[in-house]
Amino acid sequence: MDTMRDRFAPVVSRLLDEDPRVAVVLAEIGKDGFAEAVRRHPDRVVNVGIREQLLVGAAAGLALTGMRPVVHTFASFLVERPFEQVKLDLGHQDAGAVLVSAAASYDWPAGGYTHMAPGDVALLDTLDGWTVHVPGHPDEAETLLRHAVAAGDDKVYVRLSVQANAGGRPVDGESFLPVRQGRSGVVVAVGPLLDAVLDATEGMDLTVLYATTVRPFDGAALRRATGTAGTDVVLVEPYLAGTSAGAVNEALSDVPHRVLGLGVGRRELRRYGRVEEHAAAHGLDARSLRERIGNFLGQGR
Amino acid sequence: MTITEERGRAYGYADLPGLMSLMTGDEKHGPAATSTLDVLWVLYDRVLRVSPRRVDDPERDRFLLSKGHGPMAYYAVLAAKGFLPVAWLTGFGSYDSPLGHHPDRTLVPGVEIGSGSLGHGLPIAVGTALGLRAQGREAPGVWTLIGDAELDEGSNHEAIAFAGPAGLERLHTVVVDNSSASHALPGGIAARFEAAGWSAVTVDGRDHEALYAAFTAPHPGRPHVVVARVEPKSA
Repeated sequence: MDTMRDRFAPVVSRLLDEDPRVAVVLAEIGKDGFAEAVRRHPDRVVNVGIREQLLVGAAAGLALTGMRPVVHTFASFLVERPFEQVKLDLGHQDAGAVLVSAAASYDWPAGGYTHMAPGDVALLDTLDGWTVHVPGHPDEAETLLRHAVAAGDDKVYVRLSVQANAGGRPVDGESFLPVRQGRSGVVVAVGPLLDAVLDATEGMDLTVLYATTVRPFDGAALRRATGTAGTDVVLVEPYLAGTSAGAVNEALSDVPHRVLGLGVGRRELRRYGRVEEHAAAHGLDARSLRERIGNFLGQGR
Repeated sequence: MTITEERGRAYGYADLPGLMSLMTGDEKHGPAATSTLDVLWVLYDRVLRVSPRRVDDPERDRFLLSKGHGPMAYYAVLAAKGFLPVAWLTGFGSYDSPLGHHPDRTLVPGVEIGSGSLGHGLPIAVGTALGLRAQGREAPGVWTLIGDAELDEGSNHEAIAFAGPAGLERLHTVVVDNSSASHALPGGIAARFEAAGWSAVTVDGRDHEALYAAFTAPHPGRPHVVVARVEPKSA
């Protein structure tokens, strides 16, 4: 199966052909995928070199002239290194852009912590007005990229990962998708962690919601789900554990509820190896998830 | 020389100190404010193709004040040129005023960027020049004003290093040099830009004719920097 990132350049290259507002801004990473597009649109595919502050600042300038910039590099260099540019050049200027990251939380474990960004979504949560898409399959990535670029002048973050579910689902860029119905709790599975959650909760009497657009958080879907499944909620997120706990609390602020936030641990692992090994170390493999979800919901009864 | 009028009153360069004196409460930024006064006046009076009636015109020149500290001279010039009412100046920095100690583009007509945090204007100006070029708008000039100490920010060096090879001919930077950097650039400010392929001129930042000549000097195929030297901040 190809990866979400394999889809990025072909999809955005087509959008460059279709929409004269679209511009791509790169900082070396990912430029090979745009070799053909840069020949067709030399002024709308810009590689600024290894300069991530300029990457975001230039995107803001493009937006202020009416363009729709799509900005790409690894998450750690897109959100974390130029965070003040994200906050001021986009947010404070009231300028929009589509930030598309790769490498996710630990897509390249052998590369170590310098290329990991489990805190990216939590960081964006400190800012106002960001839409955050976390596709769980290359087909969904394609759909959500198109949604992101078409979203007027909105500020949109698309988080691409090599981790993926076996099949894609019909995502709409807004809503959580009910995947399984039950009566003894709600599990919100985000993006590429859906398959592990479905394996983990096999045979358990739980509702599973699939979330690929996590900001804005579909609190209405969560409330609907709690109507039959109760207000014990487990979040399973492929980034920092508990990132969306505040959004769950807000959605359920008027009812007694419990929340368990599962995700990537805050403590630096200092291990290399493979993606599966890191998933297990963070308790995000199906076996660990089954144990942790079961313990939490068992305590509630 | 000035043609702007508000309620029958035309404002010229001689009125700027009086307009600036209407703004109180940011005295710590006073030297920063006066250092930019002549540069701003010459730009808005003789160079920039902007006016209160064309703040949304895509063909207008863009002026991005990166050095948002001490914006009194900027507000005074904008008021003199009719972008904002002179009556706003007295509210400077108050809760109900659109005029803060750092400007906000969403609150003040004619202000292209919100600034105050250093090192943002030039990278945004680079993107603005790229955006105009991508849309085939050859006419508008893009200008940004930074300070010599602001030039310490690495984001500016990213922008300088990119804009030269990218041949951003419509991009202009004015560095107001009041010798406020603790560790000045070895070899001088202009040399740093020239090394990256920019056209560069260094002039007396109080001499209006010299500024005008520097601002309008041809620089085919290259971005252009004007280093405007004024009296040292500590003087």
